[in-house]
Amino acid sequence: MASDTEQIRGLGHSVRRVEDDRFIRGKGTYVDDVKLPGMLHMAILRSPYAHAKINGIDASRAQALDGVVAVVTGELMAQHNLAWMPTPSYDTQAVLATDKVRFQGQEVAAVIAEDPYVAKDALELIDVDYEPLEPIVTPQRALEPDAPVIRTDKEGKTDNHIYDWETGDREATDRAFAEADKVVSLDTFYPRCHPSPLETCGCVADVNPATGQATIWMTSQAPHAIRTVFALVAGLPEEKIRIISPDIGGGFGNKVPVYPGYVVATAASLLLGRPVKWIEERTENLISTGFARDFHMHGELALKADGTMTGLRVSLLADEGAFHADAQPSKFKVGLFGIVSGSYDLPAAHVAATGAYTNKAPGGVAYRCSFRVTEASYLIERLVQNAAYELGIDPAELRKKNFVPKDRFPYESATGFVYDSGDYQAAMDLALEKIGYAELRKEQEEARAQGKLYGIGLASFTEVVGAGPHHQYDILGLAMNDGAELRIHPTGKAILKISVQTQGQGHETTFAQIVAEEIGIQPEDIKVMHGDTDNTPYGLGTYASRSTPVSGAATAMVTRRVREKAMKIAAHLLEVSEEDVEFHAGTFSVRGAPDRTKTIQDVALAAYTNFPDGMEPGLEAVYYYDPPNLTFPFGTYAVAVEVDPDTGVWEVRRMVAVDDCGVRINPMIVEGQIHGGLTEGYGIAAMELITFDEDGNCIGANFTDYLLPTAVETPRFELGETVTPSPHHPIGAKGVGESATVGSPAAYVNAVIDALRPLGVTNIDMPLTSAKVWQAIQDAKALA
Amino acid sequence: MEITVTVNGVERTADVEPRLLLVHLIREVFGLTGTHIGCDTSGCGACTVLLDGTPVKSCTMFGVQADGRAITTVEGLMQDGELHPVQAAFKEHHGLQCGYCTPGMMLVGAALIQDNPMPSDDEVRVAISGNICRCTGYMNIVKAIQAAAQASSGATVDA
Repeated sequence: MASDTEQIRGLGHSVRRVEDDRFIRGKGTYVDDVKLPGMLHMAILRSPYAHAKINGIDASRAQALDGVVAVVTGELMAQHNLAWMPTPSYDTQAVLATDKVRFQGQEVAAVIAEDPYVAKDALELIDVDYEPLEPIVTPQRALEPDAPVIRTDKEGKTDNHIYDWETGDREATDRAFAEADKVVSLDTFYPRCHPSPLETCGCVADVNPATGQATIWMTSQAPHAIRTVFALVAGLPEEKIRIISPDIGGGFGNKVPVYPGYVVATAASLLLGRPVKWIEERTENLISTGFARDFHMHGELALKADGTMTGLRVSLLADEGAFHADAQPSKFKVGLFGIVSGSYDLPAAHVAATGAYTNKAPGGVAYRCSFRVTEASYLIERLVQNAAYELGIDPAELRKKNFVPKDRFPYESATGFVYDSGDYQAAMDLALEKIGYAELRKEQEEARAQGKLYGIGLASFTEVVGAGPHHQYDILGLAMNDGAELRIHPTGKAILKISVQTQGQGHETTFAQIVAEEIGIQPEDIKVMHGDTDNTPYGLGTYASRSTPVSGAATAMVTRRVREKAMKIAAHLLEVSEEDVEFHAGTFSVRGAPDRTKTIQDVALAAYTNFPDGMEPGLEAVYYYDPPNLTFPFGTYAVAVEVDPDTGVWEVRRMVAVDDCGVRINPMIVEGQIHGGLTEGYGIAAMELITFDEDGNCIGANFTDYLLPTAVETPRFELGETVTPSPHHPIGAKGVGESATVGSPAAYVNAVIDALRPLGVTNIDMPLTSAKVWQAIQDAKALA
Repeated sequence: MEITVTVNGVERTADVEPRLLLVHLIREVFGLTGTHIGCDTSGCGACTVLLDGTPVKSCTMFGVQADGRAITTVEGLMQDGELHPVQAAFKEHHGLQCGYCTPGMMLVGAALIQDNPMPSDDEVRVAISGNICRCTGYMNIVKAIQAAAQASSGATVDA
């Protein structure tokens, strides 16, 4: 229901962002900007070893340094039963190491000092007696029978195996492969990368010794869930914990988990009776906080000779690091990887996954993606391109032949998702038209004739976001639902309180637009409050593109609830029965007498001054939304690249992105989200890599080693849209923040592989650095 | 040691440790928190300020090195209660999302358009190549800086 009025700037309007007014003036409030009287500073000592026994920790020299207030070790934490904490994946994670260290960068001790420089000085004065053990840096090695056991803390644990998990129908899939004319397979490693929001993680913990009230400013994407976890872990009464996520400098999944630093700072504040600030350095962020991907995948596609896809089989090995701390719905060990059948009508599919411990940082998060959807999307889109080559069919044609047709929605996939709506063909047609696909293929032929390496890559992704319905989707038992609370003030202005919060997505603007659409108050007259658990309704937070699908729906529904009452008040003011009142764009009118009207502002005032006898005064409501289904954004991305055969350097010539995220609330913000996602997708495809040497040293521990795209490398994007509303979402929106990161890596890689195809190159694992591309060219030439 | 720095046009003195980083001088001593810290190693540009009109990364300079010099931070961009053209353009063209890189980006943009009143897309991109943005994908930042160049026609940054 897009606005059909110019007056109310609801859905479909590129309203300029209200949050910008403070940011452009340098007046945001990020966690590091919070300064409290008597505040102390915390620094964390981290392990230099990937795997080592701790024989002893001597903190006496650090303790003696002038300005040091306390040194916290695992032993002290253990006295308060806080040396270990639960993870979202029902494992445990060391808060401060007691027995051994299990990855480089693991938290070993913390110094609390009057000054942050002194706290860091003191770290160098802590003597830890380490006894190095064999580090395990691959999951393959981890699962060998003679591999040392990493989790010796777990009673009876004799190996590094974490889980086996499967989805889909194994027998039906095996049958499909037995009957296939053609089987195409791909082994690919989606390497470890890191979300790297520009602001690192941190907190200011302020536990009042007199009242026991704990107020914690925290870089969190999920403040409510974290409050509950803190209550359960620390045994603090939940009503005395207030988590405030103020302005957040980007999240991308990195700020979903609970990190040891939060726990230690809070414990230190509790023990010392003073506020404690802890702000990570960039290296700490890169080596110890939630990473992404690290999936070794084997995929096979069964096809008929004519290109009809009949089955998909995947086995994958997940490197989970030292503690299984994936932040994802509890019932899904590899997140929503089951979306791997993508946009295709695949009658049979099966995924078998195994997880292993290694001596690497824990905390698999979905770097701008809805729980492992990126890995799934990458695998199917790479497989489809290779299948097209092997069958001699154009990759666009093979996709078209196998798309779920638009008249088959709702469509149940072979792994049990019910896709809400889609028109994959339309999105692809637009992308091909915009990039001039047929022309490009001709240009490619000409370029190849001249010995140039010119490639065109496509990706037609389908995402699954908006978790989710409470029977299936929970984190540590908490249903993945969200609340919204709307209060209309007597003057017709409003405050909306939401359970999700922005890390740059623009909730303060777009959520006001949803309210504006539903009740006709201008967005600038609606304050959107978020990120403060004392002052907003409960909900699971902003990640996995769930804000619009879940909390956006709650916002529409709460506004409708308020509107129902407003209709009654309007009927009272207009002296007609409620059935005779019509509502449109903020105006209530009498059916058949359109000149008799009251505005929402009139009604708001009446709610506090002139309401009907027997009616409860006021105009506000709360609504908790349990989505009936997930939403399934989709699109087609098309990339043209040229590869320099002498250097392996590849440049993006064109990048067209057609997205269908259902109804768009604010087109300007949607496009901004897509730009950002395409850039992060490009970074992942081209340069971002967290890797480890054989000793378990993290390579990628600063922005000199962990490369991020700058404005110079980043491609220019050309966007397009189709709109297929979600039938079950109150405003038809699906979510868009992550589509581009999910869909684009395969498009970039497909383009480079397409360029190298004449040489016989069929795969290069990301990141496609020029060195790797060059090596692939050399290897192919050596084979030729 | 005691230093004197002109900060956004106002002379400030401070007694600081020689090892105090310029970014901490600005944030902790002068209380101007619009300058952010992103990477500690001059890799991201979130801490960019103008030193005598030239962009520098304040995480990689000592505060004492600013003695006797003039600094402009994001808080100094507004003049006479009016937004600098770069500030207005960043909002108008959606050149920011989380806002964390924004002060550094705007200061580099402001310095650029003072030297080059009509920068091309490529020139803007080279100018901001020391500043990482994780949210926007840069296109709207480039657009904003170019729009500010057009709008400014003589607007200057005091330093």
